[in-house]
Amino acid sequence: MLIPVVSIGALGGVLGIGLAFAARHFKVEGNPLVEEVAAMMPNSQCGLCGQASCSVAAEKMVNGEIPLTNCLPGGKALAQRIAEKLGVPLQLDGFEEVTPQVAIVDELICTGCSRCLKACGNDAIIGAAKHIHGVLNDLCSGCGKCVDLCPTMAISMVEVPVTLKSWRWQKPRLEEGVRA
Amino acid sequence: MISSPHAPHARAVGSIGEIMHKVMLALVPATLFSFWTFGWPAFWLWLVTMLSAAGWEAVCIKLAGKNVATKLRDESALLTGWLLALSLPPWAPWWIGVVGSFIAIVLAKQVFGGLGQNPFNPAMVARVALLISFPVPMTQWVQALPLSPASVGFWQGLQITFGGLPVVDGVASASVLGGIKTELARIGHLPGLDGLFTAWQSGIGLRAGSLGESSALLILLGGLWLMRHHIIGWRTPVGMLAGVAVPAVFFWLLDSAHYASPLVHLLSGGLWLGAFFIATDPVSSPTTRTGQLIYGIGCGALTYIIRTWGGYPEGVAFAVLLMNAITPLLGRVTTPRIYGRTRDGNPLEVKP
Amino acid sequence: MKIPYLEKLFNWLEQSSHWGVHPDYRKEPAASRLISKLPLPPVLYLPLVQHAGAPAVAVVKVGDRVLAGQLLAEAGGNISAPIHAPAAGVIEAIGPHIAPHPSGLMVETITLRVTGTESVELQTCADPFSLPADELARRVGEAGVVGLGGATFPASPKLNLGRRAAVHTLVINGSECEPYLSCDDRLMQERAEGVIEGIRLIAYMIGAGRILVGIEDNKPTAYKTMCMAAAPFANIEVHSVPTRYPMGSGEQLMTWLTGVELPAGQRMASIGVLVHNVGTAYAIHRALRHGEPLTHRIVTVAGGAVRQPRNLEVALGTPASALVHFCGGLTEEPTRLVMGGPMMGQTLPSLDAPIIKGASGVLALTLAESGSPEEGDCVRCGMCTHACPLHLMPLDMAAAIRSGDVPAAQKMGLDDCLTCGACAYLCPAHIPLSHYFSYAKGETWAAEQSQRQQDQIRQSGEAKKERLARELAERRAAMAKRKAEQDAAKAAAKKEEATS
Repeated sequence: MLIPVVSIGALGGVLGIGLAFAARHFKVEGNPLVEEVAAMMPNSQCGLCGQASCSVAAEKMVNGEIPLTNCLPGGKALAQRIAEKLGVPLQLDGFEEVTPQVAIVDELICTGCSRCLKACGNDAIIGAAKHIHGVLNDLCSGCGKCVDLCPTMAISMVEVPVTLKSWRWQKPRLEEGVRA
Repeated sequence: MISSPHAPHARAVGSIGEIMHKVMLALVPATLFSFWTFGWPAFWLWLVTMLSAAGWEAVCIKLAGKNVATKLRDESALLTGWLLALSLPPWAPWWIGVVGSFIAIVLAKQVFGGLGQNPFNPAMVARVALLISFPVPMTQWVQALPLSPASVGFWQGLQITFGGLPVVDGVASASVLGGIKTELARIGHLPGLDGLFTAWQSGIGLRAGSLGESSALLILLGGLWLMRHHIIGWRTPVGMLAGVAVPAVFFWLLDSAHYASPLVHLLSGGLWLGAFFIATDPVSSPTTRTGQLIYGIGCGALTYIIRTWGGYPEGVAFAVLLMNAITPLLGRVTTPRIYGRTRDGNPLEVKP
Repeated sequence: MKIPYLEKLFNWLEQSSHWGVHPDYRKEPAASRLISKLPLPPVLYLPLVQHAGAPAVAVVKVGDRVLAGQLLAEAGGNISAPIHAPAAGVIEAIGPHIAPHPSGLMVETITLRVTGTESVELQTCADPFSLPADELARRVGEAGVVGLGGATFPASPKLNLGRRAAVHTLVINGSECEPYLSCDDRLMQERAEGVIEGIRLIAYMIGAGRILVGIEDNKPTAYKTMCMAAAPFANIEVHSVPTRYPMGSGEQLMTWLTGVELPAGQRMASIGVLVHNVGTAYAIHRALRHGEPLTHRIVTVAGGAVRQPRNLEVALGTPASALVHFCGGLTEEPTRLVMGGPMMGQTLPSLDAPIIKGASGVLALTLAESGSPEEGDCVRCGMCTHACPLHLMPLDMAAAIRSGDVPAAQKMGLDDCLTCGACAYLCPAHIPLSHYFSYAKGETWAAEQSQRQQDQIRQSGEAKKERLARELAERRAAMAKRKAEQDAAKAAAKKEEATS
């Protein structure tokens, strides 16, 4: 009677200590995935996803709190890469990609105050104080931070125009009634 | 954005419905022949099974909220019903046909998502389910009647199929394979086949057996015609026939007292119908050419194994279902080499 | 692991040399009529994008008077081609005009009002073979010659490539495997000498010793004429190849003639081969011998709705409507207007769209020819897999794309797909397979593009952060320095005070 009680008790004790040791020693500080995903983000802190910052959004994506498709500037491409990294299936079927937008400066109204210049996280707005500003489409993430800052309301967001180069075929639409 | 149609702007003549039509047309000689040999009951059973198959299909399409008219147009349900009917005992009662087509259409096809989605051949699922559930009516064979004095008339035929009229003793008959199996168990070696099997009679189809599987000759004709029209390939049927013939020859040479002759194996049961019309069902068989050959050989070999060592006298249906199960795997391992790449998908070496 | 016999067995089982489809060719009656010259229309519309690569840059202004053959737009980059005036006239506008493209989008276009045919003086050359190869390649580039087989890749980079990559074999594509089209057929029948000289010039420029010409066996007259024209030249072999689609795809024809496969993701030059179309060869002959820039091309006008199908020699920029009109107009309302062949051609948004360098045909197709667009269920019949010239599995790829899994389709070889349409042509369920593949390729292209842009944006953002941090640090350092100086000054003052 005594031998089993003691031996089982001892076994339990040793294993318990082992577990406690492992929990302390091999504890992972933060989730390394979060950092990796955060590095993939645009990091322009645009806030279009409704999160405080890109790294917060990355953390929530890793924890599955928000959909991977939430990053609008990242679009489908980013969602796909994150899904691959996290090893989760990505359901894109219902996801309509928003047409990417870029800022445009109305040259007639711009006073060259350079506030937008300072606000832009990616140096997409060029110009100098007292000079009319312009937007580099390739660098504009479409975050729209500059729009509200402009004192003369010279900045607006427009959809990136479709050209012969950027046009592409839509997914074939299934004929009504022919296919489920 | 204007949506304009994508190339190609031309299309080969043909549709799924047309393929189904041609397969049915290829079945016509064998089917007519069976009406002649087995009389009116065979016709009624065939009709009931076909119509109920179309009916079940319509019910399922309706329940799924799709357009019945456009969906029924592919006529795949009719073909499934037809094939099922051909695999039933010719004098089976009407409800065998109705229950069978329910199993085939609803359980084996529509539940999986309809045309093109079923992993198993619907007609064979139904046949096996019926055989296991209703063993007595499913093994009630009759003699080929044109040679028998007991031919049944129109009304008697109706009564046999719909009225539950029992089969007269003089007409009832064992199938060749069934006879062999029973005798082998009883006396320990192969019985003499006199009166049970002659090659030429079996070849043209004058034998007891399922409704439409008896005439190897007419099925072969239909099958060849389908090959000519590129609807079926040669690999599956040839593989399946070889899969039966090769082991049959081997074991027969080894011990002809316990293993039936290759002729018996080749010319009895549902082998020819299975090889040309069942195993070639594109939905449940591999699409790759190599895969089709392996699949055919597998179907044949399993048929021989079940017939010889299994519990049932006939194994075509089981063999096809078993091979259906590994079809996706076969498809994957036999994916053809892509142009410009090695078999494992890497680009070929550049040799200037 | 290499087991040669097993490999052979697999190849035999797969019948890898069996591919392609045999569409209804309908090349008659256009193929048996002589090429006619289409009169100049009153206005020509010359898009600045008529070739693969960067758009051309206009060098004329609105109101300028130009002569035929005069440069209107110069090449806009290394991979680009200039555009010349097909006729004398006045530049009426430079701006958006409808593009011959299924999108129906506008494209920057030079509008030329035609006044006559007076031409600039052309730089003819009695013996082009006396000139060095790079000079010839430069002249071909200046003449705006692009690949006329359909890809419209500018010709001169490809010619220069030859000398860099040691090309030993020149394959000339005269297969013209697309149904309806017979412009190359007529060209070989009527102008074989010019084509052969063009071929010899290309071989001279790229330094290829062996020339293989492939002509499908449904063009026996063209084959005979080309054989005769090539007879004096020992290094030109004219071959009759089986008629099947897509034999005219560069890779398929090259493999058929040489027995060598092009490794995936490589250019032809990497295995010492270049492929050019017969039309391109003829254009090169005109450019080098006669100094003519590429301003005209032969276009097949055909289709069930065209009254008199035929081949026309057309000034680039001519609206498609002028061609159809010249061929007797339409007999009925066509269901599809197509530029190019029916298998790979692009839908035209309207007949106002102009003829461009790559336009091999203008087709007005009836419903009976094009079929109605309704998609059925795949029954896995496998016809598509047997038709695919690359031995892909179109049915599985399309299923993956339909369920939204483009990466899975890529693993099955989507990037290798030529979008030749053989699978979609054959599919009895009428599944728009090549449409699925175009869509998926567009998706991957857009994803790559978006990825590139995001990387750029992130880099720029990081650069800005770094710059701001550096500026801050510099400012801090400057402040600290100033403070230290002030402190030092104060200390010195104190010291002075103390000492004084």
